[in-house]
Amino acid sequence: MDNILEIRNVSKKFVSKNKEILALDNVTFDVKYNEFLSIVGPSGCGKSTLLRLIAGLEKPTSGEILMEGRRIEGPGAERGMVFQQYSLYPWRNVLNNVAFGLEVRGIPKRERYEIARRFIKMTGLEGFEEAYPYELSGGMQQRVAIARTLANDPKVVLMDEPFAALDVQTRTILQHELLKIWEKEKKTVVFVTHSVEEAIYLSDRVIVMTARPGRIKDIIPIDLPRPRKRDSLEFLEYKRRIVNILKDEVLKSYNMYKCSTMG
Amino acid sequence: MNFRKIVMPLFGLALWELLAIWLNNPVVLPPVEEVIKVLINPNLSILGTGTLLENTLVSIKRVLSGFILAGAVGVPLGILMGYYPVIMDLFDIVIELLRPIPPLAWVPLALAWFGIGETSMLFIIFIGAFFPILLNTIAGVKGVPKILIEVAQTLGAKEMDILLKVIIPGSLPSILTGLRIGAGIAWMCVVAAEMLPGSSAGLGYLIMYAYSLSRMDVVIACMIIIGIIGLLLDRGLRYIEDRCFKWKRYLIR
Ligand SMILES: Nc1ncnc2c1ncn2[C@@H]1O[C@H](COP(=O)(O)OP(=O)(O)OP(=O)(O)O)[C@@H](O)[C@H]1O
Ligand SMILES: [Mg+2]
Repeated sequence: MDNILEIRNVSKKFVSKNKEILALDNVTFDVKYNEFLSIVGPSGCGKSTLLRLIAGLEKPTSGEILMEGRRIEGPGAERGMVFQQYSLYPWRNVLNNVAFGLEVRGIPKRERYEIARRFIKMTGLEGFEEAYPYELSGGMQQRVAIARTLANDPKVVLMDEPFAALDVQTRTILQHELLKIWEKEKKTVVFVTHSVEEAIYLSDRVIVMTARPGRIKDIIPIDLPRPRKRDSLEFLEYKRRIVNILKDEVLKSYNMYKCSTMG
Repeated sequence: MNFRKIVMPLFGLALWELLAIWLNNPVVLPPVEEVIKVLINPNLSILGTGTLLENTLVSIKRVLSGFILAGAVGVPLGILMGYYPVIMDLFDIVIELLRPIPPLAWVPLALAWFGIGETSMLFIIFIGAFFPILLNTIAGVKGVPKILIEVAQTLGAKEMDILLKVIIPGSLPSILTGLRIGAGIAWMCVVAAEMLPGSSAGLGYLIMYAYSLSRMDVVIACMIIIGIIGLLLDRGLRYIEDRCFKWKRYLIR
């Protein structure tokens, strides 16, 4: 068996006061061990919802999600998540934010600080160990959140647009670091992004989702050796292909938005 | 020090002094210097009921006991009510009903239950301080962003970790605000409680006793002490709030 995650006919309906929103509609796919899988799709198509379901923070309305053959019943440390929003503990400095997971899992102080410092260095935050979140820029906060998730050594890393707030250079560096960690530590990554280029650069496969209700429109394996050249012909061909698939969906979701705000 | 800030106090003092001289009736308004005389001799026995300092200390001690009791019950209960919906459901209606009752409305019951004396006063102070502490603690717990709890869960935190390492630190600023407001109300309550029949010491008692002897200089001196201590209490707790909780500036969107 080489699937670490199996998403089986998963639908998710949100019910609020007066209306129902079908966020995900019958989504089925597998994630292989050590795979780097990206998900792209128009805004509001249920990408975050999908990650939250895998994390165990939401329950599917129908269908099921299995990890290593067992049904996911709730959140756990083997599935780490980097959230789309800012999510640091404001009363903890950088070091203690990064060490949080190790702390609650009972790793002794010396060891957890050692591990935390390694990931702080890796994310380019050296020298800011003692800084508090309110002293950091948005991009730095996001890097702390990434370090915090990785330091906890989850088998599956769920990342929700983790690099969206970063400048191009930092983004490139962190993409590179993330690939290094992924290769070295044999992790499985499910990565949500708005950037098709980022998805192609990082992933073994790219899932393209439809506008809401989110369904899987296409799954594209990226058959390029790493490190990938963003300006190679093959890379650009992938990009053209995926952007084309996406275009209709983004338009659909934009029109949906327009209708709902006008009507 | 901003000069503008002391203009009004000085003007007030001058007006008071002029009025006192013009009225020439210390039973209505004693001159400023008479009050100052009482204030700068806090160790002088007043009217045979102990010194100003002694009576002040009695009041402070009472306030501290009642306040600590209110915090010891209010903070843990508030955390449990804010975190566990079951406990909230159990206590919610009772709390909502009791909360609007002013502490002094409890006096007859307090006297009936605990008799005249310390316990009754403690009870009144407790009632006064308890509700702001409880309600601010609940608000603090509920105000901890959900995402911070979810982060902890995906990092492997158990229920107890979430309570101790997310909920409590996250609600601490609000708890401290509750304690500050509670302390202010406790201080008002002690003075009121000491004015009740049967009281025999404390600033509230001294005020009423001095009034019965028409010693308005003592009455006003006591009022000034009450004001100063109330102010110091508030400023002290505010200082701790600002010092400890710089991180409050970090708002989670
Ligand atoms: N807790 C919730 N209650 C009600 N509706 C929700 C909830 N969470 C998400 N939704 C709805 O589900 C849909 C999918 O939301 P989701 O956040 O998963 O989208 P997304 O693909 O991550 O979008 P973006 O790219 O903008 O982050 C949206 O229409 C959203 O309004
Ligand atoms: Mg999202």
